[in-house]
Amino acid sequence: MKRFNLSATEGRGLAISVLLFAAAALVPLIADGYPLQIGISIVMYTALATSWLLFSGPTNYIALSTAAFFGIGMYTAAGGIDLVPYPVLIVAAGIAGAALAAVVGLATLRVSGVYFVIFSLGLAELVRQVMTWLQHVLGTMSGLYVTIERSEPMYYWQLLLLAAVIFLVGWRIGRSRLGFALRIIGNDELVAVHCGINTARAKVVLFIISSTFASIAGALVAPRWGYVEPVVAFSPFVSFQVVIMALLGGTHRLWGPLLGVIPFVLVWELIAVYFPNQTTLLLGVCFLLIVYVIPNGLLGLVEDTMNRRRRYEAGPAAAAALPIDISANVAAQPAVTADKK
Amino acid sequence: MLSPAITEALTAGAVTKRFGGLVAVDNMSFKLAEREVLGLIGPNGSGKTTMMNLISGALKPTSGEISVYGEAVTGRGASKVARKGIARTFQLVRMLPTMTALENVAAGGVFGHARRWGKELDDYAHALLERVGLPNAASAPVSALTYIDQKRVELARALASEPKILLLDEWLAGLNPTELKIGITLIERLRTEGCTIIIVEHVMHAIRSLCDRCIVMNSGAKIAEGTPAEVLADHGVIRAYLGDENA
Repeated sequence: MKRFNLSATEGRGLAISVLLFAAAALVPLIADGYPLQIGISIVMYTALATSWLLFSGPTNYIALSTAAFFGIGMYTAAGGIDLVPYPVLIVAAGIAGAALAAVVGLATLRVSGVYFVIFSLGLAELVRQVMTWLQHVLGTMSGLYVTIERSEPMYYWQLLLLAAVIFLVGWRIGRSRLGFALRIIGNDELVAVHCGINTARAKVVLFIISSTFASIAGALVAPRWGYVEPVVAFSPFVSFQVVIMALLGGTHRLWGPLLGVIPFVLVWELIAVYFPNQTTLLLGVCFLLIVYVIPNGLLGLVEDTMNRRRRYEAGPAAAAALPIDISANVAAQPAVTADKK
Repeated sequence: MLSPAITEALTAGAVTKRFGGLVAVDNMSFKLAEREVLGLIGPNGSGKTTMMNLISGALKPTSGEISVYGEAVTGRGASKVARKGIARTFQLVRMLPTMTALENVAAGGVFGHARRWGKELDDYAHALLERVGLPNAASAPVSALTYIDQKRVELARALASEPKILLLDEWLAGLNPTELKIGITLIERLRTEGCTIIIVEHVMHAIRSLCDRCIVMNSGAKIAEGTPAEVLADHGVIRAYLGDENA
């Protein structure tokens, strides 16, 4: 709520974040090969899951459209790689994602709840079909080659930088009127409207920001994949994985998804090695387990434990302090009322 | 009657709302003067809440005009109407459950008629909590509040936009006798401070003590208008509430 001055907690959070990112940036200097591959997966999914959270976290609109924007980003990079310099394509990917998000957002964000979820899932499929059709019409192959030399550490640093930007933007939004508006919308959209919030505009703006980052992530990893085809670029697997990772970590803090991404990527590597034919089944099981067992994510578990310990350390009196405080206030009320008369 | 010198805060002209074949609000016309407290009463299902929803922009009238200080707001949408200075509470209290009491109040003061942010908003929300009698509840999660305290928070949220007109939809419903006294005192105070208010209410002694004027609705139409004492003695009104034998 305070806009200009950083509180002590915020300052500390910012300092810790900067240190963590600096430490993460050193990883390619000490790791290569397989460990670095896992590192790239982690930063990529951190970027995707956190950008997903920017919109879906406060509004509680579960968007299953990450793959649509991720794929658009990939295709922008792949389609233009022989025509314009790669950095231009990264910007273009962001613009393409933003444009698609604006159109989709304006058309669908007036509907809420399950309709939006289904539409967002259908969107990736729709874009995939359009791409397949386009490639057929243009008479190209079923996919596109992305030929550009990038070293593995470079991919890692690019994605890490993107993740850092997403965190910074998310943190800034969280402190802004827009962020407050979205939290109100997520709590009760009817109240939001009667508070004077243009809910459609707030949702569309955030959806655009979130989708732009997903598209840029797509453009950043496209050369690493080398060959881009619709089935892979627009795979609904990506959308579901992103949602599951974010839910596993916890969606009520900006860094919640990060807590989900790291264990999920590691476990998923094992699953891909030992159960390569059951991945879809196991993804579903993960989803169910998270929703039923840890609805507030790992972050929720950690915070609950910390709160309980803090209360325990402060003693039973402090643990009950809040209820006592409120009831005392109620009890004092008739006296106050009498004064007014 | 109102003298012409008094500023009109709200004017409803022949407002009608149909839901398919059902006429929920039927050709309602009335005026609300600045600093007036108007009671909107009538039996259940008579269209009071629909009328409130039409004024606040939650619903669009089928026909008719609503204007605030001479400016037409008909069908402008609730968020725009809120920015014009109409704030409301809800028939069933609506909290923002994941936020603190202070944030709940602040929510009303950022995007609506009055716009504050930062420390100014913070201070203002604190002052409002104090004004509605909850000086110590700022950081409490709203789920920990009692029903009357939640209602207070909701009232403070509505006041946070410094509304020109405040709509209270059965704000006193569901309170026990002690809470009811607190509630009535609070609204009385708003009234002395010069708020312009429309109250939908079933608690008749609250209507008697709070309202300058009453409009009685039945089956969507206005059946009586006048001071609370006048309308509550009206035969048509008694018939609407209690049936023919008692009129």
